[in-house]
Amino acid sequence: MSGWKTGDLLDLQDLTREDIESILETAKSFKEVSTRDVKKVPALRGKTVVMLFSEPSTRTRVSFELAAKRLSADTLNVSVSASSLSKGESILDMAKNIEAMNVDMIVVRHRSSGVPKVLADALTPGIINAGDGCRAHPTQALLDMFTIKEKLGKIEGLKVAIIGDILHSRVARSNIEGLTKLGAKVTLCGPSTLIPVGIEVQGVKVTHCLEDVLKDSDVLMFLRLQKERQQEKYLPSVREYVRKFGLNKEKLKWAKKDVVIMHPGPVNRGIELSADVADGENSVILEQVTNGVAVRMAVLYLLLGKKEK
Amino acid sequence: MALLIKNANIVTSKGIAKECQDILIEKGIIEKILSKISEGDHKVIDAKGKLVLPGLIDLHCHLREPGQEHKETIESGSKSAAKGGFTTIFCMPNTKPVIDNAKIIEGILKEVKRVGLVNVIPVGAVTKGQNGEELTDIFELKEAGCLALSDDGKSVSNGQLMRHALEYAKMVNILVMEHCEDPTLSQGVMNEGSCSTFLGLKGIPDISESIIVSRDIELVRYLKTKIHFSHISSARSVELIRVAKAQGIEVTAEACPHHFSLTENAVESFDTNTKVNPPLKTQADVDAIKQGLKDGTIDCITTDHAPHTAEEKELEFDRAPVGMIGFETALGLAIKELVETKILTWGKLVERMAVSPARISGLTTKGEIVEGKDADIVIVDSDKVWVFDKSEIVSKSKNSPFIGKTLKGCVETTICGGKVSYQAKQ
Repeated sequence: MSGWKTGDLLDLQDLTREDIESILETAKSFKEVSTRDVKKVPALRGKTVVMLFSEPSTRTRVSFELAAKRLSADTLNVSVSASSLSKGESILDMAKNIEAMNVDMIVVRHRSSGVPKVLADALTPGIINAGDGCRAHPTQALLDMFTIKEKLGKIEGLKVAIIGDILHSRVARSNIEGLTKLGAKVTLCGPSTLIPVGIEVQGVKVTHCLEDVLKDSDVLMFLRLQKERQQEKYLPSVREYVRKFGLNKEKLKWAKKDVVIMHPGPVNRGIELSADVADGENSVILEQVTNGVAVRMAVLYLLLGKKEK
Repeated sequence: MALLIKNANIVTSKGIAKECQDILIEKGIIEKILSKISEGDHKVIDAKGKLVLPGLIDLHCHLREPGQEHKETIESGSKSAAKGGFTTIFCMPNTKPVIDNAKIIEGILKEVKRVGLVNVIPVGAVTKGQNGEELTDIFELKEAGCLALSDDGKSVSNGQLMRHALEYAKMVNILVMEHCEDPTLSQGVMNEGSCSTFLGLKGIPDISESIIVSRDIELVRYLKTKIHFSHISSARSVELIRVAKAQGIEVTAEACPHHFSLTENAVESFDTNTKVNPPLKTQADVDAIKQGLKDGTIDCITTDHAPHTAEEKELEFDRAPVGMIGFETALGLAIKELVETKILTWGKLVERMAVSPARISGLTTKGEIVEGKDADIVIVDSDKVWVFDKSEIVSKSKNSPFIGKTLKGCVETTICGGKVSYQAKQ
């Protein structure tokens, strides 16, 4: 057994609307902790949280580490390089070794979809998915929803557009799962080659016209475009992508005046967002980062407070 | 010493016989079938209450020897096949080295003879080293004992080369089997659709299979030759084959138990034992495979038994090797999914698992329980409900998504060439 009820956060699929709302509510009270002079509460004293990352990720790892430390948990970083896996040790072996040292929570980032679930099914400590392949990035979606709620006061009924490479995006998948649960109307916008087959069954609309979504949306969530997608023949050129799907000051005029512009980072400046838009007054990109710590504190606190698996 | 099966309720392609008979086996041949044969000093097996089927024939399996004996050997694979009720199995050439010359076949057949549990017929490669570039010496392969050719694991993607393979094979009178997959479209790890999108796994569109099916149908039509399609898994492929057959084009096809027992939803567990090539598909595809088996568009059932060790399968889903073992669950799954659900009668089941594979591969002395044919027979307890238990798997590898599943119909005794090659514990 694995999932939110038994002490894991793998994706937002198995969380109810109430579960998500309770995380966002808890995060609200933790956000204040980070603004204090002494940025620490004793909630998780004596607990050990291990960050098991097999993919480079500075911001997510730092955010989790700060979240755990501000709750007084002991933290440890393990980066699994591809080389140790090629020695014949599987990620499961590695995680079992960490489990044997009696840790309470393992935060996992892995390039292959499904790894957090496989670990959660096999191990006693709770597992938090910090991003797996193209599958899910639940804490990113939670911090995005937290930020939207903070900015616009609600999520129900809002029109949210997710723009870019949906096919390869775990951030998009988790946001679709979470936002539709909370009653937002989600539209995906991107080149037809980067929209995954059958995504409509998840209750979203698909368009290839940026102008349409700009005119109609309350929130614009841009995704990072990996430049490899051109070599992989998904795109004729990055130049054409920027022209049709990138946002700059000029096109921003089509959008609602108080539109909220988000990005999970790191931004490819000049590709999905021009620098002036990324740093402009509609952008909440750095607030997302701030909120990430609060949301991760809430997730750690709620999961470690659950009955053990 | 002769072997006498008493009270045999024989199943032929026409169905279950009305009355039980006795079967006398001598020198590996079915000598006599009569309503009563005296016991004399024969070794007697009483088949009362059981069904007696011709030994099952599997046109598609992987025994991994030579080269990957850590996964399976001819010996362990033969034991597993015998336990599953198979008496003749065709092993695919993607061994290390590839089965592409007489010397390797000689070595395999020597080991098969030493083990002596089931008939193993090597399938030769279409191209040297399965590299898709040069044809193998096809006369040599046939003379060494191959009845079929395949580059299984991949298609012969070059159309010109496939044309020459089909033409040459027609002259040699050897069957060509095709693994249908367009490699430029199949860079994924599961079926493409809403399920792969949800799981964030790279999808393979089902047209990767049907594009090669349709190319080959056109080649065969044009060249007036024939072909056999391996492990057909999609509704569209079934449809194309049905139309081709109706037009008199000489194509035959097989399907595997996992493709009529599981859908792509099984991958949601991220259990790497559900990773297989061609990938598990949708319910509509499963229904089409079943319909194809019912109306004969799909001629036969094969296992695509593909052993991998636990260490190999313990990798992340996108890095794990494809394939699952199949000998020991094939009959139980076929009975559960096809006979119990009235898609196939017992007679049709025997046709799909013995009569048709013998016909397609040209094994004229096998596939039926008739006087004068080879004494390859399997005795089945058709009512027995059992759980597929990992600890009882005979194959060297345990990579099956069916572990823990309940199946119906269990092999009691397998007789190959008149000798008991498997006997269930009492």
